[in-house]
Amino acid sequence: MSIFIDRQTKVIVQGITGSTALFHTKQMLEYGTAIVGGVTPGKGGTEVEGVKVFNTVEDAVKETGATVSVIYVPAPFAADAIMEAVDSELDLVICITEHIPVLDMVKVKRYMEGKKTRLIGPNCPGVISPEECKIGIMPGYIHKKGHVGVVSRSGTLTYEAVHQLSEAGIGQSTAVGIGGDPVNGTDFIDVLKAFNEDPDTYAVIMIGEIGGTAEEEAALWAKENMNKPIVGFIGGRTAPPGKRMGHAGAIISGGKGTAAEKVSVMESCGISVAETPSVMGETLIKVLHEKGLYESCKTH
Amino acid sequence: MNIHEYQGKEILRQYGVAVPNGHAAFTADEAVKAAESLQQGVYVVKAQIHAGGRGKAGGVKIAKSIEEVRQYAEELLGKTLVTHQTGPEGKVVNRLLVEEGCDIRKEYYIGLVQDRATSRVVLMASEEGGMDIEEVAEETPEKIFKEVIDPVVGLTAFQANRLAFNINIPAKLVRQAVKFMMGLYKVYIDKDCSIAEINPLVVTGDDKVMALDAKLNFDGNGLFRQKDILELRDFDEEDQKEIEASKYDLSYISLTGNIGCMVNGAGLAMATMDIIKHYGGDPANFLDVGGGATAEKVTEAFKIILSDQNVKGIFVNIFGGIMKCDIIANGVVEAAKQVGLNVPLVVRLEGTNVKEGKQILAEADIDIISADSMADGAQKIVEQVR
Repeated sequence: MSIFIDRQTKVIVQGITGSTALFHTKQMLEYGTAIVGGVTPGKGGTEVEGVKVFNTVEDAVKETGATVSVIYVPAPFAADAIMEAVDSELDLVICITEHIPVLDMVKVKRYMEGKKTRLIGPNCPGVISPEECKIGIMPGYIHKKGHVGVVSRSGTLTYEAVHQLSEAGIGQSTAVGIGGDPVNGTDFIDVLKAFNEDPDTYAVIMIGEIGGTAEEEAALWAKENMNKPIVGFIGGRTAPPGKRMGHAGAIISGGKGTAAEKVSVMESCGISVAETPSVMGETLIKVLHEKGLYESCKTH
Repeated sequence: MNIHEYQGKEILRQYGVAVPNGHAAFTADEAVKAAESLQQGVYVVKAQIHAGGRGKAGGVKIAKSIEEVRQYAEELLGKTLVTHQTGPEGKVVNRLLVEEGCDIRKEYYIGLVQDRATSRVVLMASEEGGMDIEEVAEETPEKIFKEVIDPVVGLTAFQANRLAFNINIPAKLVRQAVKFMMGLYKVYIDKDCSIAEINPLVVTGDDKVMALDAKLNFDGNGLFRQKDILELRDFDEEDQKEIEASKYDLSYISLTGNIGCMVNGAGLAMATMDIIKHYGGDPANFLDVGGGATAEKVTEAFKIILSDQNVKGIFVNIFGGIMKCDIIANGVVEAAKQVGLNVPLVVRLEGTNVKEGKQILAEADIDIISADSMADGAQKIVEQVR
């Protein structure tokens, strides 16, 4: 089992004829993801990487029965692409595109109100359920199927955590990158909820960073609702205030959103926070031993 | 992106948001000319730098005559202002704003910001104007009022009205205040602002509501459709290394330590700074080479890192995903050759094509200390610069 996506998931790629999208479509197909169609307005009727291209999401969904879309559309058009996917009532839209204007995302979020679609991203690496389905840009081979859920605001830090786990023989149920933008779709709490309800996830790693209060809110939620152990990490302990650290959302402003504050709230909610990024895996394994979950999480 | 106060006020003026009359000046002569065109008895000479706290640092002067305008202009131009936002090195004043003085009856605060919790734009206001709004939020949160704005209908008149009454704008001036807020919101949306802060907003003795200061920040992601705003960029206000990095799509931020860092991915780059600090070192920069780095980009990144005189060693930390380690390795070797590397270099490679990458580094004719993990690399570079 896994969350959000599995072997059966049928996926369309929006913006499939762009070079980045083509590269990743190939990678996803090689991983075994069921890419059933692509969308590029004006390129309908053609085929790339053996995948049929449609002019609209509506056409693609009608013909292929896809329930998930992944977006590689350039930033100026990405917000519209998300809304198009939402309009076609897909279950899940994963937006990889970075640099979408914040005010565009404000409109997208308003548009999504009351609609069924879940959005993950933008500015995220995507979602992977190891050995079943990979949607996004993460390197597939570092992942191992297993029982630890991973949720993160950062792409490469997710790889770092996954790599540490796999090296130690601990597989993952699903790894979800929620993205580094200040206005995004699915948040930590949504993903924690899903992991909590997934019988195949036994523990979770949650990787946050400076800026906003999403980690604190998630920790408080978890304290009340989560029945599985969580290990955390917060990037940016040494980041100076007022400077945007790469991600649009990673900024300490007005003394808020510091790593120290986040770590202290997380710890007070029973989350073990890794002191450095190189011990995320170790910290989780220690917790697994404490909870008697190590044997069941170890990949044999 | 930030702009100067005088540029912000010019935009506000275009949207019918009331600001005092005034002109920018780059020389004392221009300042005098600006003052003369105002035909008024009292003038305000304001240093234009991209930082708050100018008043306290002596960057805002009240002149009672044209002679005084000249005197203050000469005094301020070329002066280094140190405020709580500039850092200890301060910022040199190259531009002035000369404005007509006004009779302030009361100061307020008005600000539009992006609210993460609601994913909406929020209009904030307080009758504690002129103060640091974070301080007000800390000490008297009940004095801050907020209106969450629905992007479909925009800021409504009733919301602006409610806010004006909540912060006790005199009843007869509420209509003016509403017009002010509606105009400010339009600027925020039209120009892709990330912050539009008026502190203070003032009510004057002759019953006007106007912006005495204006801080407009813009969403970098929206600049592709804001050509007129891009033209307002003042390179003198930015770090030279950061400007250079932005030409190559590198995300670079100068810090004060002596260990140069080159990393792929923003999260990993931040975490790399953290782990260096953890082992007792001090990072010289944040640098994310991004997912699509080429050998050329890596070379440029090296040059930028080495242009920092404080750098005593470099730590390259790469988790190759889509980015292949052999490409990075080639870039590192090429860069080391081109720039004549004269400080210790620690490289940690992991991920796609890591074997090939390590082999390239091993065979290259440069001194590279290789690391097996992030922690190992951080410890090694800290040792090297000690």
